[in-house]
Amino acid sequence: MGEGIFAAYRGGAAERRLKTVLRSGVLSLLVVFGLWGSGRSHALDEFGQIEDPKIMARYDRITHELRCVVCQNNSIADSNVQLAKDLCRQVRELLLAGNSDEAVFDFMTARYGEFIRFKTPLEGKTLFIWGAPFFMLLLGGTIVFRIVRQRSRMPLDDTPAAGPA
Amino acid sequence: MWKFLVPFAAFVVMVVVFAFGLDPKRDIRALPSPLIGKLAPIFNLTDVMDANRKVSNATLKGQVYVFNVWGTWCSACRQEHEALLTISKQTSVPIIGLDYMDERQDGQAWLWQLGNPYAAVAFDHEERTAIEWGVYGAPETFLVDAKGQIIFKFISPMTLDVWEKEFLPRIAAAQRSGA
Repeated sequence: MGEGIFAAYRGGAAERRLKTVLRSGVLSLLVVFGLWGSGRSHALDEFGQIEDPKIMARYDRITHELRCVVCQNNSIADSNVQLAKDLCRQVRELLLAGNSDEAVFDFMTARYGEFIRFKTPLEGKTLFIWGAPFFMLLLGGTIVFRIVRQRSRMPLDDTPAAGPA
Repeated sequence: MWKFLVPFAAFVVMVVVFAFGLDPKRDIRALPSPLIGKLAPIFNLTDVMDANRKVSNATLKGQVYVFNVWGTWCSACRQEHEALLTISKQTSVPIIGLDYMDERQDGQAWLWQLGNPYAAVAFDHEERTAIEWGVYGAPETFLVDAKGQIIFKFISPMTLDVWEKEFLPRIAAAQRSGA
């Protein structure tokens, strides 16, 4: 009873080593390809590939740049929510009808607002958002500059210049 | 002087930012609709109760109406249904429904079982009308004035309180100016 199963483990040391090598090899392959695949989900939705590779590439890019407004940190390409699938279908139809990328983004923002775009366009009302990091850098730089200048004017030794000991 | 003023000013700015940002009543998922003040998208769909009957909001021009988006898969819609029934008995403003992302039989069963507060329910099987209206999470309730403009949108289950505080004043104002 059970003789057959355990017999496999009674092999010599060489056999055991080979098995370990094989097992770790398979595991590494699984990990590598698993990570590879999860990097960027491809636009293989229920409608299948778009035949024209140029349109397919644009579709891929646009659906990754549109936010799924239901699950707000996913793009519509990555989300499984029905609304995201519907919006992907909409993008596909607009592109196949000959619309430009800008027209697709305009269609979406007209209905869902600027929030649907992951990339904030650089325009008048978004100037503050785009400008904020530079402003912070300038502010921090000024503060550091002033502190350094102030300290550089201090005497080099720590001993108090005068006063009671 | 500056040593005191600068941190104090920063403190005041932070208090204001946090007061708005951390308001527990603020729904961070509720997005402002760009459609407010725009013409309501026109739809031509079938009635959920009868596939041969058309429902369109084109015929509603000249009157204020409420547009309520729901689906039988949406538990918050079930939650607001009682309020809609009560409201429909109190108001003369028609409530037009949009049943989306749904199956026709399910929509019908829902209305048979829970009662029908709607003047008509359009059936949006492919979610095209919902996309036109920028719908992203049912229930959503729009208010459209006599000129066909969307004047208000409420995202969350409707309650009698919301109806009285948010909808009734706007309806009164719309009827005064649109008549």
